[in-house]
Amino acid sequence: MPSGVTPFADDAVLRCEGLHRSLGQGEGQVHVLRGVSFAARRGEVYAMVGPSGCGKSTLLYLLGLLDVPDRGEIWIDGQLMPRDDDAARTAARGRHLGFVFQFHFLLLEFSALENVMLPMRKLGRWSLSEMQDRAHSLLTSVGLGAKTHRLGNQLSGGEQQRVAIARALANQPSILLADEPTGNLDVRNSAMVFDLLTGLARQNGQAIVVVTHNPELAARCDHTLPMRDGQFVT
Amino acid sequence: MVMSLACITLGVGLFVVTQATTTGFERFFIKTIVGTNGAIRIEDRIQETLRTMEAERGNDASGFVVEVKEGRKYIQGIQDPALLIEAVRRFANVAGTSEVLYGAAEIRSSFKNEAARVYGIQLDDHLQVSDLARQIVRGYLADFRQTPAGTLVGIKLAERLQLEVGDSFQLQVGGEVRRYRVSAIFETGIGDIDKDRVFLHLGEARSLLRRPTGASFIQVNVIDRDRATQDAAHMEAVLGHSASSWQERERTWLDVFRALRLSTSITVSVFTLIAGIAMYNTLALVVMEKTKDIAILRSMGYTRRDVTRIFLWQAAMVLAVGALLGCGLGAAVTYGVSLMKIRIRGIFTADHFIVAWSGWHYLSAVAISVVMVMAASLIPARRAARLEPGDVIRGTAQ
Repeated sequence: MPSGVTPFADDAVLRCEGLHRSLGQGEGQVHVLRGVSFAARRGEVYAMVGPSGCGKSTLLYLLGLLDVPDRGEIWIDGQLMPRDDDAARTAARGRHLGFVFQFHFLLLEFSALENVMLPMRKLGRWSLSEMQDRAHSLLTSVGLGAKTHRLGNQLSGGEQQRVAIARALANQPSILLADEPTGNLDVRNSAMVFDLLTGLARQNGQAIVVVTHNPELAARCDHTLPMRDGQFVT
Repeated sequence: MVMSLACITLGVGLFVVTQATTTGFERFFIKTIVGTNGAIRIEDRIQETLRTMEAERGNDASGFVVEVKEGRKYIQGIQDPALLIEAVRRFANVAGTSEVLYGAAEIRSSFKNEAARVYGIQLDDHLQVSDLARQIVRGYLADFRQTPAGTLVGIKLAERLQLEVGDSFQLQVGGEVRRYRVSAIFETGIGDIDKDRVFLHLGEARSLLRRPTGASFIQVNVIDRDRATQDAAHMEAVLGHSASSWQERERTWLDVFRALRLSTSITVSVFTLIAGIAMYNTLALVVMEKTKDIAILRSMGYTRRDVTRIFLWQAAMVLAVGALLGCGLGAAVTYGVSLMKIRIRGIFTADHFIVAWSGWHYLSAVAISVVMVMAASLIPARRAARLEPGDVIRGTAQ
């Protein structure tokens, strides 16, 4: 079992068992994940590393409920996630999960503040002024307090990714999933974004799962999970 | 989006204009015919023709007769108009009745002779069941009222005979010739009436036509003219006289107007259809362009329904602006058209375009555009909602 992997930990905020996933159809079908089990605790950072096509991102999307496994189960905060109830999975994404992708995926017609407010608007936990205050505070914490009203396309790549981090933290998720969050940034910005992401998440007691090709960043995580051919390897 | 907006605006606007003009002319036609020939006309007496069959009689049983209806026989005219009018006035919807006696005559002026139809009326009664007062174009009704030999002559007939108010002319029925005076000239706008109708006082008509009793028909005015058909059927059943409503008498023209209104609606709805297609194309493109935005919204917890709503809202906003502009355009063009001059004679008299102002035209136009545009928008909106966020982010979305 790889370092840090505790599939049956009772205090795990995120847990999966025996995940299988095949992609493609017919003769082109590839068995990407082959019975993966994994658990993540609050306040800890997990790095999934491995060659391209080993199944890291596929596993991340399954854990993020963006995709449905062919077999296996996922628990979030102790609750089993149903495979065939899209509404329940969508609601769980809004409540428990935050995403940071390689590309920022900001809505470019909206300002940084509005982008950060988007998840909060759907969750409906805060009033408009509370959402604005919170979005402003999150943007300040990622160093963009002075650029809250800039549109997405008026920000640099590093700034856009920092807005994406603020947005991922907006609903106070218990789990933060990041797919190559620094893959599109230069070295200086990569280090800054990674430090921000892990620093804020640790501070808030959130579990972070990062998919990365960068061995330096992986080494700075609490746990490193090497993957090959759809499985964790020791 | 601009194309959709333009087509919605045009579709709504033109729908309103075409409905306003066709309905305007239709209503004016109805007003003309009801104002001339009344809402209901009661005339010939109905006699059911029966065949009797005697049942077979046995030795002890008593025989009986079975009466079988074979058809209807119409006995021309009304024998006792006063009695019939009294009965008609008991119908709740009846606003007025007028006893009319008519017959053919030859009219002679110093210029030429023409065939005419003489209508004997009690003026005050007839004014309650027609727009005769408003149809006077020359002369005065007061003159007719005060002059026993006074007449009201149709405008086309007067033109043919070169008669003017105050002129004398002769009416010949059978061998008898009498002299009358033109008190006023009327124009109903209905060519067939204006070319041969002459109104006389009822007493004078009885004398001229040699019919001292009875009437040709009773012209009835009603409070709610849309109920005329039901009332006519009821009167026919109760009074035993044929009764025809204006809808029944003018069915052909009413069908023409209805067909015209429908065909123009269908034609101008093509604009709304194009608006729907344009909206479909636009939204389909937007969905393709925004797949990543959709995926990111879904990853934040936005449901499929939320995604559908976002696209439908987009369509609804364009629709709302287009409908508003279309209603404004429709109202402005309708007003402009109402000022346009056009000379119509034959089925009614009009010297300019006649339009009807009705909220229903605007509601119908908006309703059609809502149905077409929203139905067209639903397909791309639902396609957007079906996108799987994982597929989009992985780059394998279809």
